[in-house]
Amino acid sequence: MRVSLEWLGEYVNPGMEAADLGEKLTRSGIAVENILRRDARLDQVVVGHIDVIEKHPEADRLWVCSVNTGDRQYTVVTGAQNVRQGHKVPVALPGAKLPKGVEIGEAAFRGIKSSGMLCSAEELALEEKTISPEDREGILILDKDAQVGQPIAQALGLDVPILELELTPNRADCLAVINVAREVSAITGQPLQLPDVKVVEKGEGRTEEQVKVTIEDSDLCGRYAARLFTNLRPGPSPLWMQRRLQAAGMRPINNIVDITNYVMLEMNHPLHAFDYHTVKDGHIVVRRARTGEKLVTLDGQERELNSENLVIADPEKAIALAGVMGGLETEITEKTTTILLEAAHFYPASVRRTARQVGLRSEASQRFEKGVNINTVKLAMDRAAELVAQLGVADVVPGYVDNYLRPTEPVKVPFRASRINALLGTTIKPEQMEDIFQRLQFPVQWEAATEGEQRDAGIVVAPTYRPDIQGEHDLAEEVARLYGYDRIPTTLPQGKTTVGQRTWPQTVREKIIDALVGSGFREVVTFSFINPRHLDRLAIPAEDHLRQVIPVQNPLSEEQGILRPTIIPGLLELAARNASRRIPDLAIFELGGTFLPKALPLKELPDEAWKVSALVMGAAPVHWSGKPQPYDFYFLKGIVEKLLSALKIKGVTWSRETELSYLHPGRAARLQITQDGMVFDLGYMGEVHPDVREAYDLAARPVVMELDLSALTLLARAKGDYRPLHRFPSTDRDMAMVLPVAVPAGQVEAVIAEVGGNLLERWRLFDVYQGNQISAGFRSLAYTLRYQAPDRTLTDEEVNHAHESIKTALMERLGAQFR
Amino acid sequence: MREQLERIRLQAANELQGVEGTEALQDWRVRYLGKKGELTQILRGMGAVPAEERPAMGALVNEVRAAIEFMLEEKSRQLKEKEKQARLASEAIDITLPGQVALVGSKHPLTLVIDEIKQIFLGMGYEIAEGPEVETDYYNFEALNLPQDHPARDMQDSFYITPDILLRTHTSPVQIRAMERIRPQLPVKVICPGRVFRRDDDATHSPMFHQVEGLVVDKNITFGDLRGTLLTFARQMFGPEREIRLRPSFFPFTEPSAEVDISCGCGGSGCRVCKGTGWLEILGSGMVHPNVLKYGGYNPSEVTGFAFGMGVERIAMLKYGIDDMRLLYENDMRFLSQF
Repeated sequence: MRVSLEWLGEYVNPGMEAADLGEKLTRSGIAVENILRRDARLDQVVVGHIDVIEKHPEADRLWVCSVNTGDRQYTVVTGAQNVRQGHKVPVALPGAKLPKGVEIGEAAFRGIKSSGMLCSAEELALEEKTISPEDREGILILDKDAQVGQPIAQALGLDVPILELELTPNRADCLAVINVAREVSAITGQPLQLPDVKVVEKGEGRTEEQVKVTIEDSDLCGRYAARLFTNLRPGPSPLWMQRRLQAAGMRPINNIVDITNYVMLEMNHPLHAFDYHTVKDGHIVVRRARTGEKLVTLDGQERELNSENLVIADPEKAIALAGVMGGLETEITEKTTTILLEAAHFYPASVRRTARQVGLRSEASQRFEKGVNINTVKLAMDRAAELVAQLGVADVVPGYVDNYLRPTEPVKVPFRASRINALLGTTIKPEQMEDIFQRLQFPVQWEAATEGEQRDAGIVVAPTYRPDIQGEHDLAEEVARLYGYDRIPTTLPQGKTTVGQRTWPQTVREKIIDALVGSGFREVVTFSFINPRHLDRLAIPAEDHLRQVIPVQNPLSEEQGILRPTIIPGLLELAARNASRRIPDLAIFELGGTFLPKALPLKELPDEAWKVSALVMGAAPVHWSGKPQPYDFYFLKGIVEKLLSALKIKGVTWSRETELSYLHPGRAARLQITQDGMVFDLGYMGEVHPDVREAYDLAARPVVMELDLSALTLLARAKGDYRPLHRFPSTDRDMAMVLPVAVPAGQVEAVIAEVGGNLLERWRLFDVYQGNQISAGFRSLAYTLRYQAPDRTLTDEEVNHAHESIKTALMERLGAQFR
Repeated sequence: MREQLERIRLQAANELQGVEGTEALQDWRVRYLGKKGELTQILRGMGAVPAEERPAMGALVNEVRAAIEFMLEEKSRQLKEKEKQARLASEAIDITLPGQVALVGSKHPLTLVIDEIKQIFLGMGYEIAEGPEVETDYYNFEALNLPQDHPARDMQDSFYITPDILLRTHTSPVQIRAMERIRPQLPVKVICPGRVFRRDDDATHSPMFHQVEGLVVDKNITFGDLRGTLLTFARQMFGPEREIRLRPSFFPFTEPSAEVDISCGCGGSGCRVCKGTGWLEILGSGMVHPNVLKYGGYNPSEVTGFAFGMGVERIAMLKYGIDDMRLLYENDMRFLSQF
């Protein structure tokens, strides 16, 4: 919303500079985004009179003008073809520096010296939307009454500061200049002078006899008023009106259109003018459209309507989309002699839906959507009629029609000054509150105070142009903003002491992040939605449950197509992006939600399973003295083991994972824990399948993991088990065995653990060998075992016996050979 | 014999001066103290010494031996010290060569900022609440005093899953979920960090971003308490010299409402970040609307509350001087490694 201070000044004199007023308005709730000045760099441009214009003797397309600027005569050469003798035009004098940076001097054009330049609208940086297409061509021809020598900014009314307001949805009332004036009056205390509307009617007959209004759907139209204007005398509107419209960012069209726009801006009431003679029987019917009904709107488009749309119709057909756009057939044309002016109130939500449906958000529809004041419908109509008569645009036919079916009463808001103070934490006196309400023109009635007490309870009658005032809390805001937010004391909540603490899942998440960051991983953040094509890149089979994804209905692009069922594709995409930027070594992780529907289409909220996912690729940073540590399966496995250890999770079994399409079937593992007979799935890790690697255009071999946070949270423990330290010495024994390659180390260790029993304190694999000295298909595993007892020093016999038992078991159960 | 002993002592001392290294010292020792050494030879010849002279001569021999042994010990110590010095010198390395590469990870800057915010409010006794990213229309809009067709719904263009289910457009629905969980207990003191989603994608908008919501409900909570809480937060987050400024604004779920600005680090002298105004907009806030308290299960005539919400990206950008929001989502390692 743009309001020029000149227009505002008609109703209130703020008594301060634009910048100060802007600041004051902003600090009291009407945000002034900007103070627009359109006269910057126009100080050396004045109105000039073309005394003489002649063809340049040496050039066909050039003209030589003798321009009078009041005190001086200039010779100006122009290439424009629209200038005639007697025109008044903007002249940029030598020394002027125009808004777009052009500097004006003196120059010779084929032998004739030109001093200054005649300007076009564009060269003056006039807003295109406020200028008619004709005026945008060639030199801007000024009004014939323009004063020669006057600075152009004054002549065009560009020298007024304009407040650009950014209105919040609750303050749509300030879409009316008069309501901005009320606000200015309230915050400055300056008197308010609103238009005193008096309609001068003329001629025979009465509107009521010639116009009939039937509201069929009063739920969508609470009020509809109309007036007739005859003997229409089309022409331009007066300059002052044009200037105000332009300052508001609108383009002057003609007197009747300008008047409706002017009243719309002044009072926030969109009005519509029909050619009366095209409305059958002069009968306006306000009704829902019939399904399939068609209407050609002003822009020439045929619209197919349905019963959601409210239309203005005559007895035969729809003639306008209520509050959104008029119909072509009833449009004002050169032939129009009589106008039927509509002033109405339409239900905001209906206008909003219709405007969206037809893709038309007009100035009028936006105002109806935000809500106009139903109680000033007739006032706005009369204001237009007053201007029509005053400006001689037409004769106002006596009388009017006003169907007001759903009268709206001002809301009475009871309040207590003490409660307002309690909410704000202030001690504002009731008299101060009363003063604030009066400045806002909110009538107040106080309940009589008990003897010796201050007044406290009262009722404010909220004017209908302020529908946002519904309850005491709204009054509290009015009091606070006019009292000054800055004057409210600074306190802290009193009351019960509370302990701030993290929940267990939050604690687990932090432990995970700490463990990963401590292991050299960088945290990344990718979007919760992904491009559905990732599912193809991951080669997920058609029937797989991971294909049961949740689509976003209205994505901006495919990139927000589905909610991610796993974080892995986001990490792969990042790996590819970094690799393409020559960052081939990565260790990254993300903690976040994944989304799996309970059923599709969604009937209820989906499961949001939080995961911790990681990806490594390439190798750890290399030191000059050593070999790179590859970021391979075993590296990431070590990280997973560290993570589990940080969470004090024990007893995880690693089994081969072959189901996931995007993992290498020979290099993937699933992690599970069996506890109390229940199997908990912790997630998986593995090298990315070569096909998937190719789909992401990755040269290296990434390894990924995805663990389920709810399982980790359930199994994690805050503290480990403390066991007193062993006081008796331990004995280490090694064993090296040869086994078929197919026997996993996990099985070997299971046997060691089981047979070793209590005496076996720990074991560690220290060598894996496969090669020349061992037959093909076999490998050697070498372990160090430590034996120890809590209550005694073990004898050699005891240790030998235990060690041999383990060996025997390994031979018998797994076919291990010992050398 | 006496002269002989004196000569040996002198000779040993003289020779020792020329001894370098442990091997030469060993030879020297053998020469004087060994079984065939000169002193031993003299001892062997003691039989020829007259009996009355023997004790004196014996004492002299012992004296000379002690002197030579002392010389030996001293020399040996010197040599060891020298060798140690030589070894240390030979072991010197180039201490300017790079150190072993430690694996250094990092938290995402958004996590760092959220952690900091959490820490501040945990210290003030808040708990951390959470809610789903996929929300119902009820929690995201209706219970926040944003009924169907409310024009304020236009302020937040949403990603829809179904007509009733959407990606939450703000963390405010967690207000309702927190109240439902805690009621009828008092106070409610929560902050809720999380991801939010809006249909915007340009240089200054990302379709996904982060917010932290705050909510306090109790008896006698005032607008002044909101102001004080936010001032405390702003000073902890940005520095003790900061001020805040509240401007009236509008949110459907609060009344009165306020936009909150924090004084710019430039001290109002004018800079690019604050565009010369001296103030930076950092969050929206207000007193919880009575309708929202009702939806949360509290009686607005008995309790009041305040709520606030801030954009994490904005704060991260201010805090670290990041000028392009998109960097936060590109996850370029060269960017992430700076945090």
